[in-house]
Amino acid sequence: MQTDWIYGLLGGLMIGMGGAVFLLANGRIMGASGILGGLVDGSGRNTARERLVFLAGVFLLPLLMTPLFGPIDTHAPTNIAVLVAGGLLVGVGTRIANGCTSGHGVCGISRMNLRGIVATVFYILAGGLTVILFRHILGVI
Amino acid sequence: MQRLIFALLAGGLFGMGLRVSGMTDTAKVQGWLDIFGNWDPTLAFVMGGAIIPMAIAWRLTEGRKPIVGGEFPAKPDQKLGRNLVVGSVLFGMGWGLAGLCPGPAVASLSYGGWPHLVFFAAMILGMWAAPMVRGELDRRIPAE
Repeated sequence: MQTDWIYGLLGGLMIGMGGAVFLLANGRIMGASGILGGLVDGSGRNTARERLVFLAGVFLLPLLMTPLFGPIDTHAPTNIAVLVAGGLLVGVGTRIANGCTSGHGVCGISRMNLRGIVATVFYILAGGLTVILFRHILGVI
Repeated sequence: MQRLIFALLAGGLFGMGLRVSGMTDTAKVQGWLDIFGNWDPTLAFVMGGAIIPMAIAWRLTEGRKPIVGGEFPAKPDQKLGRNLVVGSVLFGMGWGLAGLCPGPAVASLSYGGWPHLVFFAAMILGMWAAPMVRGELDRRIPAE
C-alpha cells in the first residue's frame, strides 16, 4: 500500500512517454477511445493499420509481463449488469465527448487545453457521484 | 513502416504503464473516486507522472514537424459544447460503475478474466452505437 504511489508515478511516466512518442514521431494524439472508436465506427479507416498496431502494443506488453511479474488481481465486478452498463456508458460517453482519460486527461491537460480540463472535471465528478450512489447508498458495487 | 514501429512502441509503453501503475485494477480506480470510503490517491500520481513527459512533448512540437512527416495536430477549438459535457458525464458514470476506461480495458484483456471481456464487448457496442446516440441528441436538444 505504501509503495503504490511509486508504481503509480513510474507507470504514469511510462504512459506519458508513450504519448510523447506517438505525438513527436507520428504527430498523433494518444487517446485510447479515439484510436479504438475510429476502428469501430469506421471514421478512422484511413489510419486503420497505425491504430491496430498501437492497440496491439497496448494489449501485448501487459500480456508479456504476466509470466515475468505474475498475474494481477483486477478486483473487477462480477455483476454482469454492472459490467454491461459500465461498458456501454464508457463506449458511448467517450465517443460523444471525443475523448477519455488518456486523450482529454493526459494529452489535453498537459497542453492546457480547456476542453480536456473541463471533460476531466466532469467525468471525475460523475464517477465520484456514481460510486457514492452505487456503493454507499444502493450497495451494488 | 516507420510509422507502425513508433505506433507499436507508443502502444507498448502505454500498456506497460497502465499495468505497472495499477490502473487496470478496478479497486484502485474506484478507490480514487470513492472520497467517502477508503480513498486511494494513486490515480493522481499516475496522471501527474503522465502529464510531465507529455507537457515536455507538447513544448517540443513548437517549430518542428513529426519524425515520420506530416503536421502536428492543430490546437483544437476551445468550444465547450453539449457533447463534451454529456459525453463526459456518461463516461464518468460507466467508469465509476466498472472501474475501467478504454486504455486499461485493452491493456487488461489478457489477464482480467471474463469480467474484462464482458466489459470490453459492451464498450465496443457502445462505441459502435455512439454516432446514433449523438444523432438522437442532436434531434432532441440543440447543441448550443
